[in-house]
Amino acid sequence: MKGLSQKNAPYLFIAPTLILLALFSLLPIAIALVISFTDMDLAGLADLSNISFVGFDNYKEVLLDPSFQKSIFNTLFYVIIGVPLVIIISLLIALLINFGKARIFKAFRVIFYMPSVTNVVAVAVVWSYLYNPSLGLLNYILNSLGFGSVPWLQDPVMAKISLIILAVWRAIGLNMIIFIAAIKGISKTYYEAAQIDGASNWRQTWSITIPLLRFAIFFVSITTMIGWLQFFEEPFVMTKGGPLDGTISVALFIYNNGFQFSKFGYAAAGSFILFFAIILITLIQFKFQNKEADV
Amino acid sequence: MQTRTSGDKALQWLVGILLGVMGLLMLLPFVWMILSSFKPESEVAQIPPTLWPHQFTLENFQELFENMRFGVYLRNTLIIVVFSFLGLFLNALAGFAFAKYKFKGRDGLFYLVLATMMIPGQVTMIPVYLILNMMGLTNTMVGIVLPGLVGAFGIFLFRQFMSTIPDELMEATRLDGAGEFRIFVQIALPISKSILAVQGILTFIAGWNSFLWPLIIANDESLYTLSVGLQLLKGQYGGDYALQMAGSAFMVVPIIIIFIIFQKHIIENYSISGMK
Repeated sequence: MKGLSQKNAPYLFIAPTLILLALFSLLPIAIALVISFTDMDLAGLADLSNISFVGFDNYKEVLLDPSFQKSIFNTLFYVIIGVPLVIIISLLIALLINFGKARIFKAFRVIFYMPSVTNVVAVAVVWSYLYNPSLGLLNYILNSLGFGSVPWLQDPVMAKISLIILAVWRAIGLNMIIFIAAIKGISKTYYEAAQIDGASNWRQTWSITIPLLRFAIFFVSITTMIGWLQFFEEPFVMTKGGPLDGTISVALFIYNNGFQFSKFGYAAAGSFILFFAIILITLIQFKFQNKEADV
Repeated sequence: MQTRTSGDKALQWLVGILLGVMGLLMLLPFVWMILSSFKPESEVAQIPPTLWPHQFTLENFQELFENMRFGVYLRNTLIIVVFSFLGLFLNALAGFAFAKYKFKGRDGLFYLVLATMMIPGQVTMIPVYLILNMMGLTNTMVGIVLPGLVGAFGIFLFRQFMSTIPDELMEATRLDGAGEFRIFVQIALPISKSILAVQGILTFIAGWNSFLWPLIIANDESLYTLSVGLQLLKGQYGGDYALQMAGSAFMVVPIIIIFIIFQKHIIENYSISGMK
């Protein structure tokens, strides 16, 4: 490796990564597209001649599948409720932390960020225990305060909310950090001018900080939304999609059909529908942001 | 200039207390997890629940390693972590190439790399499994490690950072007779120490937490990682909460400790990319 010429070296340096990315990121898209038009399953895996072309049948079937429909509803539920919650709470905490002048406020960054780096499965296991109807800490606290027990994971609607609480708890830290960095990037002269005009802290935050954070808010919205559209580990570990498909997400549906029922073609069709939804929603967000910027 | 009025100070205290309360709530699950992991199963099932362990015991952790094969899971997890560092090296190498060399197709290939960041995992999940199946790599450690080995985000970060390496330095080293790879190892890597450190820590955390691929690819329990094993534990021993809490604690506490030690670097790294 010592005598690599300057001309050849770059190609050799990028070769391993490019090969891996091509093989495991780019090629799979093409494969997924192709098999979504076939009835590929375990038999097809064993012998390629067992696969037959079925056109758009998978797509039609998937869209009519009640499980899939529930998963779409649930995923939208998660996104519509969860994403704004994440944005508002992380922004709020970022503003509060930034407001603080003492050094201990830096320690708060660590505290709020901690849930984000910990393992999703471990965390889901802990929260399952907290949510336990009879032994869990949460119901115990509620009962001690005079409230009734909540069927955290037993009721189809409540279970969705419980998963959202868990996911928001994990998501706050990362987005908070992004907001803190963005807030620090705002020039102090704006605030000084506002103070000379006699603006209160609240006024300054509302009229200076938040408008100037528009890009950061946009970035956080997009990344959080794309992430939540692929909501998977939490329902997988805590409820397996239940009760009664009450918490199943599109990602979990794809996983179940692909790896439990081995209906590869069918699951691939579902995954492409998700793919298009992500692209569509992202484009809409971009359009929305551009319109706002023009105003 | 601002004068510190007593109103200011009061507001600071208010914000501090507010954050303090919220912070405690954020940490409550972790505290509960750690406390519960040291209680015997009988105490964990009690109503009303005890806060501090009345009976402090290590039996849950013992159980994990003696009967629940957590030693195997730990070994597998560490193997994955080590391989992840190989991926880190490859990312740095590619980033270096994109940053410091002009070659045909460089920009196009780089955009291609960036494009892979947009691909949702759900779409590639099944085809990658099929590809690995064709290659005979299902149920192998290689099969678990290979798909996620390199990543566009890491390549992007290294490229950004390494483009600041002075060309003159590289030229001088070339005149001394060094090959390109030696330039990478002796010049680029030492200069990139700070970003290597941050990426290294994040790579470790990601490797330690790896769940989905081991879950999909491994059929034998002997290949499971800590998170897969923990999930299995929850499924099979759903009522043994102390045991589950011990398993979770074992996964979470090392990461928390590493995180607290290196938190300044990690948070700064995200600040840099957040500023884009």
